Amino acid sequence: MELAFAINIIAFVIASTFRAATPLIFASLGGVFSERSGVVNIGLEGIMLFGAFFGMLGSYFTHNPWFGVFLGVLVGGLIALIHAFLSVDLKANQVVSGVAINLLATSATAFLLQKVFHTTGQSSSVPKVKDWQIPFLKEIPFLGEAIGKLNPLVYLAVGLVFLSSYFLFKTTYGLRLRAVGENPEAAETVGISVRKIRYGSVVVSGFLGGLGGVYLSLGQMDLFREYMSAGKGFIALAATIAGKWNPKGAFLACILFGFAEAMEGQFQLLGMNIPKHFLHMLPYVLTILLILGLVGRSVAPAASGIPYEGRK
Amino acid sequence: MGEDLKKDLFKDYGQKLFFPLVALFISLFAGGLLIAWLGENPYIAFRHLFQGALGSATNFGETLVYTTPLLLTGLSIALSFRCGLFNIGAEGQYIMGMMGAAWVGSIFTGLPAWLHIPLTMGAGILSGCLWGVVPGVFKAKYGAHEVILTIMMNYIALHFTGYLVNYILLAPPGYLPATRVINASAKLTRLLPPSRANTGFFVAIICLVMVYIFLWKTKWGFEIRAVGLNQEAARYAGINVTKNIVLAMALSGGLAGLAGALQVQGIQYRFNDLFAFTGYGFDGIAVSLLGNNHPAGIILSAFLFGSLNCGALQMQSVAGIPKDLIGIMQAVIVFFISADYLLRKKLEQPLGEEINVRRGSAGQEVAK
Repeated sequence: MELAFAINIIAFVIASTFRAATPLIFASLGGVFSERSGVVNIGLEGIMLFGAFFGMLGSYFTHNPWFGVFLGVLVGGLIALIHAFLSVDLKANQVVSGVAINLLATSATAFLLQKVFHTTGQSSSVPKVKDWQIPFLKEIPFLGEAIGKLNPLVYLAVGLVFLSSYFLFKTTYGLRLRAVGENPEAAETVGISVRKIRYGSVVVSGFLGGLGGVYLSLGQMDLFREYMSAGKGFIALAATIAGKWNPKGAFLACILFGFAEAMEGQFQLLGMNIPKHFLHMLPYVLTILLILGLVGRSVAPAASGIPYEGRK
Repeated sequence: MGEDLKKDLFKDYGQKLFFPLVALFISLFAGGLLIAWLGENPYIAFRHLFQGALGSATNFGETLVYTTPLLLTGLSIALSFRCGLFNIGAEGQYIMGMMGAAWVGSIFTGLPAWLHIPLTMGAGILSGCLWGVVPGVFKAKYGAHEVILTIMMNYIALHFTGYLVNYILLAPPGYLPATRVINASAKLTRLLPPSRANTGFFVAIICLVMVYIFLWKTKWGFEIRAVGLNQEAARYAGINVTKNIVLAMALSGGLAGLAGALQVQGIQYRFNDLFAFTGYGFDGIAVSLLGNNHPAGIILSAFLFGSLNCGALQMQSVAGIPKDLIGIMQAVIVFFISADYLLRKKLEQPLGEEINVRRGSAGQEVAK
């Protein structure tokens, strides 16, 4: 009896970990793409918030959550396009441009919420992306209970980790992307367009950030709430760094953060009297410790954050 | 020669004012378009915005209330910029400053005001300082990126003060998640009643003057700016880069902490559980950027943003325009300034030069 209870709890924690990690995984993959090409994207936080809002909006107007997913991803990419234009063409300070995106996202989504729903705080309820039951995963003893029936976006996130890793390290395009982030001058010398690659990578990071946001409003919840990204974009960026700008590494860091969040609920369920404030703090403290632990061993792409001025 | 100097000065001012003014007009234009999109009259909305900010002595006083914290958080971020750092943590340092002041303001009883007021401010400054020094040390000693670190410190401050106000410092009987009210001896004098304007405004102005003198007229300030302009060159010149980064983060944090202390001593008189960020720290980024990261510019931009934030309340309640419009306008300004060539030179040339210096020094070593 007790064993069954324990197994249930463990399965539940694993499932919660994946659910909590999913938005972080999407956004941190976005961070990997952008930073590997040499553009810091602090605006991922705001891009997520836009994704969450327009995901909800798409589902609200069409009653089809998948159209919401599409719209959220699209808007994420469009916002990233602004960042790309500013940082690649205008050679703006990338951190400042990212800060502007975050400022814009908080106010613009709140503004639009009032325009569309005539209310503040949160939108009305919309059709959400329903969980999928994967037959062959469900069959796995013990684990099947945990990972056999989850949101399709969770499976997509895990799939994209491997896809991104393959793309970055096994394909020519991936090699070019990394070359642009390490040494743009050399890359340009061999005929790679720094501008095109950076534009592409930043927009892809916007798609991924938007997807992370969509998961918040249509996967975890079925509505948009003001500032519902709540720092997840920043944590995702920290996961990018902690994962050494590597999709699989970033994935592991996200799982760790997801686990911290999943335990939040468990401590309360188990009746442990830890103030919730400490549990809320945990991911942020973990992030700082992870970054400090990796100092000296994790080296950023050499040209990350530096606008490319062209060959001299 | 005097004439030449004058000419140079004015030319310089013209250049410095040009981009911020263009940014401001574009943001006002964007704001007007959005108001029209809502189906309201932009002229009427902006008139309410203006009246709400400056229409009466009371409204002007309230504008000062919104301006005061921005003066200090803007100054805090400008100081970090001048050392080549980006302190996004002003928000957390501000929150810690509020908490420190609320604590020291309420535990000491029977102190004379001339002692209790500065003591309470000092507590705010120290709390903010601590929150700035931690990422400062990690940055200076281990090279960890201060942007991510300070963002994390913001969230830790939010939840940590949430814990303090709900458990350790909760005012009895505990119906409200707030600390005890600070003693009268720690409160600042109100000006222009019934507005909440208070002498904290003058404290902020004094800080602006002091930071100006510190950065441009003292050896310590020169060292901080030298590190900001070119870290490698500063190191060659025998300047202790590590020390200056930590010092800049400590001062930056202290200024944001003082902003929080003034908010408690002049306005709120206690720390109320926040639930979400106050925004003063983040708005400080826009204030600093629009003000060219200079104390004189910050006075103008903080007053502008203070007026917008204050006027937006009337615009919302009377004309029915969501006050989030102001945030959108601020974002437009920051977008525009991020692309400003002058600022770019200021912030990123050091990076480029640093690389050149590194390459240069490597070359010299090879030559040896």
